[in-house]
Amino acid sequence: MSVKTRVVGTSVSRKDALEKVTGAAKFVDDMKFGPGLLHAKLLRSPYPHARIIKIDTSKAEALPGVRAVISGKDFNQYIGLYLLDRTLYAVDKVRYVGEPVAGVAAETVEIAEDALKLIDVEYEELTGIFDPEDALKPGAPILHEKLGEYECAPFIFPQPGTNISNYFKVRKGDVDSAFKQCAHITEQEYFVPHLQHTPLETHVAVAKVDDAGLYTLWTSSQSPFAQRNLLAKSLEIPYHKLRVITPYVGGGFGSKAGVSIEGCVIPLAIKASPRPVKLHLTREEEFYCTFVRQGLKAKVKIGVDSEGRILAMENTYYWDAGAYTEYGVNITRASGYSSTGPYLVPNVKADSYCCYTNHPVGGPMRGFGMPEIHWAIEQAIDTICCKIGMDPVEFRMKNALKGGDLSVTGGVMHPNGLKKCILKAAQDLSWDQPKPKAGEGRKIGRGIAAMWKAPAMPPDASSGAILKFNEDATVNLLVSGMEIGQGTHTVMAQMAAEVLGIPYEWIRVHTPDTDYSPYEWQTVASRLTWSMGNAVVKAAEDARQQILELAANHWGCGLEELDIQNGMIIQIEDPGKTIPLKDSVIYGIRGKDGNLRGGPIIGRGNFIPPDVTPLDRETGQGPKAVVHFTTGAQAAEIEVDEETGRIHLRKISSCYDVGKAINPLNVICQSIGGIYMGLSTGMFEQLKMHNGTPLNNNLSDYVTATVADMPDEIFASFVEVPQADGPFGARGVGEHTMVPTAPAIANAIYDALGVRIRSMPMTPEKIVCALKQKRLESKDKKKIEQAFASIE
Amino acid sequence: MGNVINLKVNGLNYSVDVELGETLLDVLREKLDITSPKRGCEMGECGACTVIMNDLAVNSCLVLAIEANNAEIYTVESLKKNGKLHPLQKSFVDNGAIQCGFCTPGMLMSAKALIDRNPDPTEDDIKEAIAGNICRCTGYKPIVEAIKKAVSTMKKEGS
Ligand code: FES
Ligand code: FES
Repeated sequence: MSVKTRVVGTSVSRKDALEKVTGAAKFVDDMKFGPGLLHAKLLRSPYPHARIIKIDTSKAEALPGVRAVISGKDFNQYIGLYLLDRTLYAVDKVRYVGEPVAGVAAETVEIAEDALKLIDVEYEELTGIFDPEDALKPGAPILHEKLGEYECAPFIFPQPGTNISNYFKVRKGDVDSAFKQCAHITEQEYFVPHLQHTPLETHVAVAKVDDAGLYTLWTSSQSPFAQRNLLAKSLEIPYHKLRVITPYVGGGFGSKAGVSIEGCVIPLAIKASPRPVKLHLTREEEFYCTFVRQGLKAKVKIGVDSEGRILAMENTYYWDAGAYTEYGVNITRASGYSSTGPYLVPNVKADSYCCYTNHPVGGPMRGFGMPEIHWAIEQAIDTICCKIGMDPVEFRMKNALKGGDLSVTGGVMHPNGLKKCILKAAQDLSWDQPKPKAGEGRKIGRGIAAMWKAPAMPPDASSGAILKFNEDATVNLLVSGMEIGQGTHTVMAQMAAEVLGIPYEWIRVHTPDTDYSPYEWQTVASRLTWSMGNAVVKAAEDARQQILELAANHWGCGLEELDIQNGMIIQIEDPGKTIPLKDSVIYGIRGKDGNLRGGPIIGRGNFIPPDVTPLDRETGQGPKAVVHFTTGAQAAEIEVDEETGRIHLRKISSCYDVGKAINPLNVICQSIGGIYMGLSTGMFEQLKMHNGTPLNNNLSDYVTATVADMPDEIFASFVEVPQADGPFGARGVGEHTMVPTAPAIANAIYDALGVRIRSMPMTPEKIVCALKQKRLESKDKKKIEQAFASIE
Repeated sequence: MGNVINLKVNGLNYSVDVELGETLLDVLREKLDITSPKRGCEMGECGACTVIMNDLAVNSCLVLAIEANNAEIYTVESLKKNGKLHPLQKSFVDNGAIQCGFCTPGMLMSAKALIDRNPDPTEDDIKEAIAGNICRCTGYKPIVEAIKKAVSTMKKEGS
């Protein structure tokens, strides 16, 4: 697919840049709703697990200025994406600290806050579960008694009567006999804590139900159509009467996927109709009242032959999925069908459990389970390399999945540039050169990690695109993928401009309004460039076809004799013969017979992944588990202080196979941002909790990496092995860029100090403790050796 | 109740009736409809609300409206002059310093305050100036790079 392109493959400036540097860009909180706007506040559970004995809202309702009070008594509908296990407001029980129990809409925020204090709730505390393995123990309290009755997607397998909301397994080959043949085996445990995505914009939603029964929702969301779908279904609103408007989003990273606070706001707006009701989460609420990243306990066992070829893997993932797993169940599945990492493993046993706990609601976060499982896999592989004395780059080159290999689910891996990425990431750190000399009391280490990730979505996640020409041949491109910072508007405009033969500057891309914009499943899974891109290309081709047919008819020539360049229809052999798109795309072309033909040109395109197959429930095997995998690698060179455990990041390199970089600068910027998020979550971030109560709900105590923590040098690059069904060969890369950062750094720590940090984040304290432990062990070892020597 | 403050925002004079607990951020966003300073935390921890007040970059969520009486305030809306982007804005666009854009107005005002008082900042000066501005998207490096390049453009243009 190496066609020569004009705009695709160039680093044109972002479509949204001008609005964003001038302050013109509007986010939901910037929109004005007039003096009728009411302000909402939610009463939240103070307990991780408790029965609601009674709720009395009468005093709150009587407070002057209060316009609506709602609780689970009024609205008890279930909602959820893959598993409907959550109600809009708590009903009968609360299952996490922060769960909405009641809501108030009032004239001012202050009145709403005062009203919350007047709501009486009587609770009976219940035993909680705060560890995913505890959730599976016999006798553990059951968090969802009705698990067996919940509606769920056909590929989700809840285990009624337990705390397992999904169980995904892989049985491939014969691990038991394979392990017997292994020359070396390593078996290890890893831990990943809960994180908060911490987008800079907290969640905000405004809802209004007018007197004619039309519902409108303005929300900071990655998923306008999924919002409409889930809310309309839950509240039984006809779809055409629920309108979702989503302007720019101030960072999502998964936290704004699916439905969260919107389910609380709409009931208030119903009761306060026709006045609009706004809920703006405080930073504190943002930390534990919306999705958090699930925690993970991973047990991995890897066996290799004497040549360093992986023969078997046996991995168990216990996801600490929190109180509701309506979305998280699919992370469990994704981590199962990706459970080996990007390697050829003939024998696999994988068990992935989605475990209810009384922690905040686990949801999607950038990487969708991949940063978590690669934290374990990539370190275990590093351990094996040390054991057998093989270079980690060589080991990965030897075992990396190449096109034609069978993946963990038995499907055929497509052509990919993983090996090129591994080599490039290593080269950029001068991997084969001796390490530079460290400063006094410091050690330098290098580490590498590879990754893969597929878009995790239902098999029918589809995309639509509409493009409309204007009189001057500029175009309004309507799509419903959200511009959440990843640059999707820019690459969509590039693709459309390329096909249409008009300048990039002539295209404007709109944020969605479900009343006018075409369907898009959700802005998740790094799927837009690929899926929505395919729809946009088809829409542009559709418009192009209409235009060329019109011109061919006018000139009496064949379509193949024509092209559109720079806004002009031309005859390829006779470029002097032209018709400008201007005017003719609206007013048509007048033929020699004096009649007008044509009319406003509107292109439409859609796309649906055609051939994803279900996986066998018992073995996890199937011909096509996912649409494709994006692969890549990162390497890190660090200097670490042996006394303080402080890490200085000298260099990080990254390389991904993006198929085709529609906008190279955007790819590089995603990579740098991904490295930041990877190191920030790997070294600093953790939502600390004590028995379900979050302890660090602010930006001072929840530490994120600052500009000073960034590596001295970053080498971000990409390779392009085309995706056969991708637009211009492209596949997604937004989330992938954070996946291998943490294990690469962890492997560098091991290389520097000989200690392995198995639990995220890699804090200086953990490093110092591990060093102490190591010294103690080596002393003990010496003592034992001496004792043995004396006996002999 | 009933406190009138006078302030000059982006070169225009305003008299605003404010409540005692109201912040400068509230006044700008809710009363003057200047929405570029964002509400990221309202606790002085994120920098999304940064504006320039009397030549200093401040978190407007921490400034009480009454403290802003007689102050001269600049927000990102002031940067573009005669239809031309400020070199900082231009450089942010060209160097990949923008993703979701929620931190951008605050980031730009922190940078502007820096180069107003020090037209020739070092990289460390730049990092220090934006240390209070959280960005979750870009990884900061492109932002530092953009500010550095804007500084050199301005030096060239100035000379
Ligand atoms: S909103 Fe002012 S510092 Fe965060
Ligand atoms: S661009 Fe999103 S927070 Fe900085």
